[in-house]
Parts: sequence; C-alpha cells; structure tokens
Amino acid sequence: MTAVTDATAAAESEAFPPDVVFRVKDLDCYYGSHRAVRYVTMDVREREITAMIGPSGCGKTTVLRCFNRMNDLIEGARATGTLLFRGVNLYDSRVDPVEVRRRVGMVFQKPNPFPKSIFDNVAYGPRIAGAVPKRELPDIVEASLRRAALFDEVKDRLKDSAIGLSGGQQQRLCIARAIATSPDVLLMDEPCSALDPISTAHIEELMHTLKEEYTIVIVTHNMQQAARISDRTAFYTAEVDSETNVRYGLLVEFDTTEKIFSNPSDERTENYVTGRFG
Amino acid sequence: MRLGRVFDDRTRKAVTSTVYKRTRDVKGAIFRTLLQVALLVALLVLAVLLVDTVLDGWSVLDGRLGDFLAGGLRSQSGDPELGVFQGIRGSLWIAVFVIVLAFPLGIGAAIYLEEYAPRSRLTSFIELNIRNLAGVPSVVYGLLGLAIFVRGLEDITGGKSVTAAGITLAVLVLPIVIITSSEAIRAVPGALREAGYGAGATKWEVIRTQILPYAAPGILTGTLLSLSRAIGEAAPLILVGAVTGFLGGQSGLLDVTQLQERFTAMPIVITRWVQQSGRDGGFATAAAAAIVVMLVVVLLLNSAAIFLRNHFEKKR
Ligand SMILES: Nc1ncnc2c1ncn2[C@@H]1O[C@H](COP(=O)(O)OP(=O)(O)OP(=O)(O)O)[C@@H](O)[C@H]1O
Ligand SMILES: [Mg+2]
Repeated sequence: MTAVTDATAAAESEAFPPDVVFRVKDLDCYYGSHRAVRYVTMDVREREITAMIGPSGCGKTTVLRCFNRMNDLIEGARATGTLLFRGVNLYDSRVDPVEVRRRVGMVFQKPNPFPKSIFDNVAYGPRIAGAVPKRELPDIVEASLRRAALFDEVKDRLKDSAIGLSGGQQQRLCIARAIATSPDVLLMDEPCSALDPISTAHIEELMHTLKEEYTIVIVTHNMQQAARISDRTAFYTAEVDSETNVRYGLLVEFDTTEKIFSNPSDERTENYVTGRFG
Repeated sequence: MRLGRVFDDRTRKAVTSTVYKRTRDVKGAIFRTLLQVALLVALLVLAVLLVDTVLDGWSVLDGRLGDFLAGGLRSQSGDPELGVFQGIRGSLWIAVFVIVLAFPLGIGAAIYLEEYAPRSRLTSFIELNIRNLAGVPSVVYGLLGLAIFVRGLEDITGGKSVTAAGITLAVLVLPIVIITSSEAIRAVPGALREAGYGAGATKWEVIRTQILPYAAPGILTGTLLSLSRAIGEAAPLILVGAVTGFLGGQSGLLDVTQLQERFTAMPIVITRWVQQSGRDGGFATAAAAAIVVMLVVVLLLNSAAIFLRNHFEKKR
C-alpha cells in the first residue's frame, strides 16, 4: 500500500466519519504480477453487517484478507490504493499486523481448528493476548461457545481434541475462537457453507446480537443470507481483461442491501441476484 | 406388476454382474507381492545377523556379562578384566555432545531457514549446501575434527579427547538434524499457521504454540536417528584419535575429568577386537558380545525416541 502518504492520511482522518470502520478506495490486489482484484471502493460502517457476494474466484476472499493483513502471509501478495481502518492507513509501515489481527478477528473459509483441545482452541486468543486472568478463561470459553451455538454439543468434552468434531462443529468452534478475544471487527469468509440450516440460523442470530457491539464483514454465496442479515452489500464479479486475456475480479456495485436486491443500478448485479448469471 | 418384477430382476442381475466382479488388479497384486518379499528379505537378513551374533558372543554374554560390562580394553582375550566399559562410556559421552550441541543448533537452524529466512537465492544456496554436507563421507569429518578440534582447539578439547570426538560427531550429524527438522516443519499445514496468525499471534507465538508442537514428532524421529548414526560411526573417531589398544585409568561413567583425556568408543572397540581375532580367537567372541551390547544401547535409545514421539503426538 504505497499510494497513501502520511499527508493524505492525516487529511483523510480529519474529515473521517466516526462510524466508518474501513474506508476502501481504488484498492487493487496483486498476487505477484497478477492484478487479481481491481477497483474496490467501499465503506464498512460500524455496527453494521456488510456482505460481499459474487461468483467464485471474483476476489471476495482476497479483499477480506486485506482487512486484517492476512495477505501479508502470502508470498508476493500486495495491495495498492487506499485502505483506512478508522482513519489509519492499514498498510503504513508503522502498523503492526499482529495488533491489527487482534482487533480484526477472522473466520476462515475452511474450518481450521488447532489440533488441541476444544477448550484450548477457544482460550488461545485470550491466552496469547495475556489480557485476562487465568481463572476467567473458563467463563470466556463458555460464553464464546454459547454465542457460536456450540456449547451444548461439546460441554461434556471440552478437553477432547477439536479434530474429532464434525466439519460444521469445527467451523462454529472457529467462530467461538474468533469472538473469544472480543475484536472490534469480525471478518467471516463463508462461515455457514458447511452448516445445517439450524446451525446457520444460530450463526445468523449470533451475527444479529454481535452487531450491537461489533462490525461484521461476511462473504457468502447464499443470497438469501446476504439479503436477510446484511445492511450493505458489495457485489463482485470476474471479468476478462480484453488486452491481456487474464481473469480478474472487480467490485461492481456497493450499496444498501435493499437497493442491491430490489433495484440495483448495474445490470450485472441484477442478473446475479435474480439468478440469471452466466 | 408382473412386468415390473421381471424388469427388477433383470436390473438386479445387470447390477450384480458388474459390482460383484472382482476387479483384476494384476499389476497391483504383483507389486504388493514384490513389496512383501522385499520386507521379508530385509527382516530375514536382520534376524540371521542378530541370531548369529548372539550365538557367537553367547559364552561371554552368558558367562561373565557383569565383568564384561565393567571391564576395559586388554591385550589378551583371556584377561578377566576384558570388557566394554570404556567403550560404553565414550559412546555415551559422544551422545551427550550430540544431544547438547547438534540438536539445539540443528533444530534452531531449521526453524530459521523455514520460518525466518527470506526466500532468496542465498537461502536456497545454503539449503543446497546443507544437503550436500549430509552426503559427505564421514572420514572427511574425521579429518576436519583432527585439524580443528584436536589440533586447532587443543587448549579447550585437550587434543585427542572425547570432547574433540563428541564435537566432531555433532558436526557430522548437524546437516541431518537440520534437514529432517526442516522437513518436519515444512509438513505443518498452512491452515494451522493462518489460524494462529488470524487469532492475533506473533510469529514466535505461532512457532512455539503451533508449528513446533505439530512438528515435534517428526523432528524427534529425525534427530534420534541421527544420534544412532553418531553412536555407530567408527571412521572419524579413528582420525580424532580414539584409543584402540590398552586404555588405562578407570574413571567413572560421569566423571568429567575424563573429558580431556584419551578415550575409546563402542564401534572402535568392536573394530579393534575383530582385527585381533585372527591372532587370538577369543576376541571374536568378545566382539560379538560387544555388538550385542551396542545394539541394546541403540535399541534403548530408539525406544526412548518412540516413547517421546508418541507422547508428543498425543499432545499435539
Ligand atoms: N494465494 C494465491 N496465490 C495466487 N493467486 C491467488 C491466491 N489466492 C487467490 N488467488 C487468485 O485471486 C483470485 C480471487 O480469488 P479469491 O480466493 O479471492 O476468490 P473468491 O471470490 O473468494 O472465490 P470463492 O467464492 O471461490 O471463495 C482468483 O483468480 C485466484 O486464482
Ligand atoms: Mg473465497
């Protein structure tokens, strides 16, 4: 992220609306020399659920992983343009990605529990942050598991390995792990894709509750889910660059969910949300 | 109704005739037999060697095992004080040097190479050279030990001492420790790293709480195999001056003053006795008994390794 100089960042933050958590402007994401995602401009607002929808490979995960600098871990991945987190340029050299990730939690597309006990999985974040006394850990673990709609299923085997859980249970465990540290923002990459309708309903309920305190960005392939739970929706799609013949993702439209689903401005959005895509 | 039944029967027959068919995987069956033969040959050779050695050494193992374990290098096979104590002592000290020097250095280097080093030409050049070093004949390490640890650092090592030998063998197995540890660290799933970083862990926290516990069984297996290798090496020890003849002074197993004194080790004792057996047949029996003793020591070490590995595997 080179485009943002301190001067512009300072100027931005002066006029920075307090309810904007992320401000994204002309963000491009690269994998090596491949400019995989282009022209992303959107604001993520506080205590709202922002949904990102679009066909497979259009760059939803890539953009989401910029929000907590997870893409730093991928060799050759970088981004240009503006990405402000509460007015601070997220890719400023003074920014510590570890601190960012403590404030911006993430649930990954594939469940990735640690090969440790269920308890240790949820307690991991609070433990390394070192912010809570040891005796409070059981309460935090229980509360997080309850919010992720998992506690009743695992309360008798908190000491068992998390690897023994089913795929859907593992995903809910990952949600519990992400909220155990009470982050400001929660990024969720298709958190419900492996879940049954009941668990999905639980998670959606959870998001509704969390919304009172947190800001949530969710990637989903489930259009009804986006329509049900989100306040704003970003529609991405993939196109082929006419000059170089490479496929890239781009943000087509970003607006209130109501507008996106009832009266989108762009024809591509309309085709997608009405199921006439491709 | 009637038509339906006929149709059902025919369908069922058609289905059974395909799914009941034994797939004739002839190549697979041949390959499997070959593999079993290979395993059988390896085990047979091992068993024959073992039985033969035990039988050869039986009169010593059965008759005077206690004295044999406590005795030292002597010039006559009939000497009642002939035994392997000095050899065991030397080998155990070498093991201590390998554990204390090669393990932390090797594992540390592997962590650095896999987790911290930038993916540059220099790094891959270094990795390539470590691989080459692992293939260098052990005599070359003996020469290196003689030049550096025996002659160059004589003030510290005391010259031809167990210290010089221990350091030489630690250097010998260092590349193997690095390679096997790197391999184990590389096998840690990327999703695990991401999960750790995603939960707000620093690099070191991810390494300590996720990568090392996950890689521990693999690292352990590799490092302990390299320990067995160090204990079995004879060639470099001859170059750094292991004693083959009479070795006086019976200091205890853990007596540190011996660290700068002349030494011997199990492979040397065995080699020497086998050489002497032409002149004095009793040494053949002693050599066989010494081999059995050494095998038991190595087996004990490996069992400890397996025990530790299972322990770590359960924990991860
Ligand atoms: N680690 C990577 N290295 C190189 N290219 C990548 C990497 N990850 C993603 N890409 C590329 O970036 C583009 C966007 O991928 P991304 O994973 O963001 O899509 P997505 O919208 O999340 O798709 P899905 O809905 O299938 O999860 C794709 O063309 C993909 O090939
Ligand atoms: Mg994705």
